[in-house]
Amino acid sequence: MVERRPITTFITHAVLLLGVLILAFPIWVTFVASTHAPSALASGVVPLWPGDLFLENYSLALGKGLAASGGVPVGRMLFNSLIMALAIAIGKIAISLIAAYAIVYFRFPFRMLCFWTIFVTLMLPVEVRILPTFEVVAQLGMLNSYVGLSVPLIASATATFLFRQFFLTVPDELAEAARIDGAGPLRFFRDILLPLSRTNIAALFVILFIYGWNQYLWPLLITTDESFYTIVMGIQRMVTVADAEPQWHLVMATAMLAMLPPVVVVVAMQRLFVKGLVETEK
Amino acid sequence: MEKRVIFRHRTLPYLLVLPQLAITLIFFIWPATQALYQSVLRQDPFGLRTTFVGFQNFARLFADPLYLDSVKVTVVFSISVAALAMGLALLLAVMADRVIKGSTGYKTLLIWPYAVAPAIAGVLWWFLFNPTIGILAYALRAVGYDWNHFINGTDAMILIVIASAWKQVSYNFLFFLAGLQAVPRSLIEAAAIDGAGPARRFWTIIFPLLSPTTFFLLVVNVVYAFFDTFGVVHATTSGGPGQATTIMVYKVFNDGFIGLDLGSSAAQSVILMILVISLTLLQFRYIERKVQY
Repeated sequence: MVERRPITTFITHAVLLLGVLILAFPIWVTFVASTHAPSALASGVVPLWPGDLFLENYSLALGKGLAASGGVPVGRMLFNSLIMALAIAIGKIAISLIAAYAIVYFRFPFRMLCFWTIFVTLMLPVEVRILPTFEVVAQLGMLNSYVGLSVPLIASATATFLFRQFFLTVPDELAEAARIDGAGPLRFFRDILLPLSRTNIAALFVILFIYGWNQYLWPLLITTDESFYTIVMGIQRMVTVADAEPQWHLVMATAMLAMLPPVVVVVAMQRLFVKGLVETEK
Repeated sequence: MEKRVIFRHRTLPYLLVLPQLAITLIFFIWPATQALYQSVLRQDPFGLRTTFVGFQNFARLFADPLYLDSVKVTVVFSISVAALAMGLALLLAVMADRVIKGSTGYKTLLIWPYAVAPAIAGVLWWFLFNPTIGILAYALRAVGYDWNHFINGTDAMILIVIASAWKQVSYNFLFFLAGLQAVPRSLIEAAAIDGAGPARRFWTIIFPLLSPTTFFLLVVNVVYAFFDTFGVVHATTSGGPGQATTIMVYKVFNDGFIGLDLGSSAAQSVILMILVISLTLLQFRYIERKVQY
């Protein structure tokens, strides 16, 4: 700020606080609704102050789930989401690291062809090839499985590019020194390149964990068996119950639980998150 | 850019790129060619007979008022989402840039919605606007507006726009803030010495310098509104009432999985693919321009 005027300082803070409140308002109402009895929500307007059923509602949702929508316990769905998010994040990082390593540190026929093939995935999000991808997965017998939930999503042009850019900035002297000392390509990768990429891997992990956790369309397509529902798609089954108002207090408790892990990751690892976000967009 | 020092090995590099390449070929390239192939075929719903129809699927789509409607809905939707999310984010970023103390605190409080899944964001706002129990619907009724997104298409559209934009504000905020902090202080100080007030400084110096960021975010937001908001629509309005919130991605899903019109769904996929490819190329052009700066 160039000049100091109490009035503009006041307005600045007021606008920011208002923005924070607007962004947080839905979460507050959700939290409040998740602590009330269903009768308090059904009669007119949602209260604005938490009720006293916090433990009851959350343990009911976690342990039993909603009978009207298949009765999958939310605990189970959280577990499925965690597996899927971790598998996608770790899988993407692992295969992108080695692919980028091959492309940067080796010369081989069809190297550029490989590079461009990976690049194309950037232009083909799941949403534009829904049906054929579903058919492929069905033919491979991967419906209703953790493999089917994660493997088709782990190809990543973004991560490969990121690691490629990073490897290109690693000084050549390191590779030279490693070669003179008699280290082979795998040894160099494991003992020098991997430790150097640690921050990049962590930043990418934060972004990809959120990406995996928030997947919606893909689990919706390939899981018909309730025990493989992930929480983000499972909540849709709870909202669209036939011929009845949804059980809002449990739906809202589930929504809170579905948001908690990724939000905690973002807030706790804010610096890595920002780094990852900025770098994956380059 | 190439490495000077490389390793020599006959088979290792192939083994290293193999996993990535295999997944790309099986789950990306092959389905995409299938979509291309199916878009020129017509199949009966039971998959018994398939006939080659050339570009007829595309011709039928562009003659179909329902499809043209969904294109219109998508355009309105993505422009509204981009405008709302970027406008709000720019305002907050400008304010956060002015704050001297406590800016990290504000940043933390403003970026967390990024982590919320679009489908969950949809459900939250769906609940807030619920015509019988929602608090915002109640507030609107108190000021004389009878909100009902089950019947009124405009209300439903506003609902999904707000839900989608809410989640995207954090992302835009981070990039605008980074852009603002990259504006040279000396320029702003010089303008201030020449007597330009905060508003004048913003419009004549800061905003033009932000234009690369703004353009980049515009593309990202349009892509977001086109593809990532499927969850918002599917978990809440299901494209209704009528066709009021049927965005193109939702229609591909609906025609393919519910309506089982494979040819039409594939043709729609191809159109979307062309759109993503052009948007991605646009984004890359922007990056090239940024390098020259």
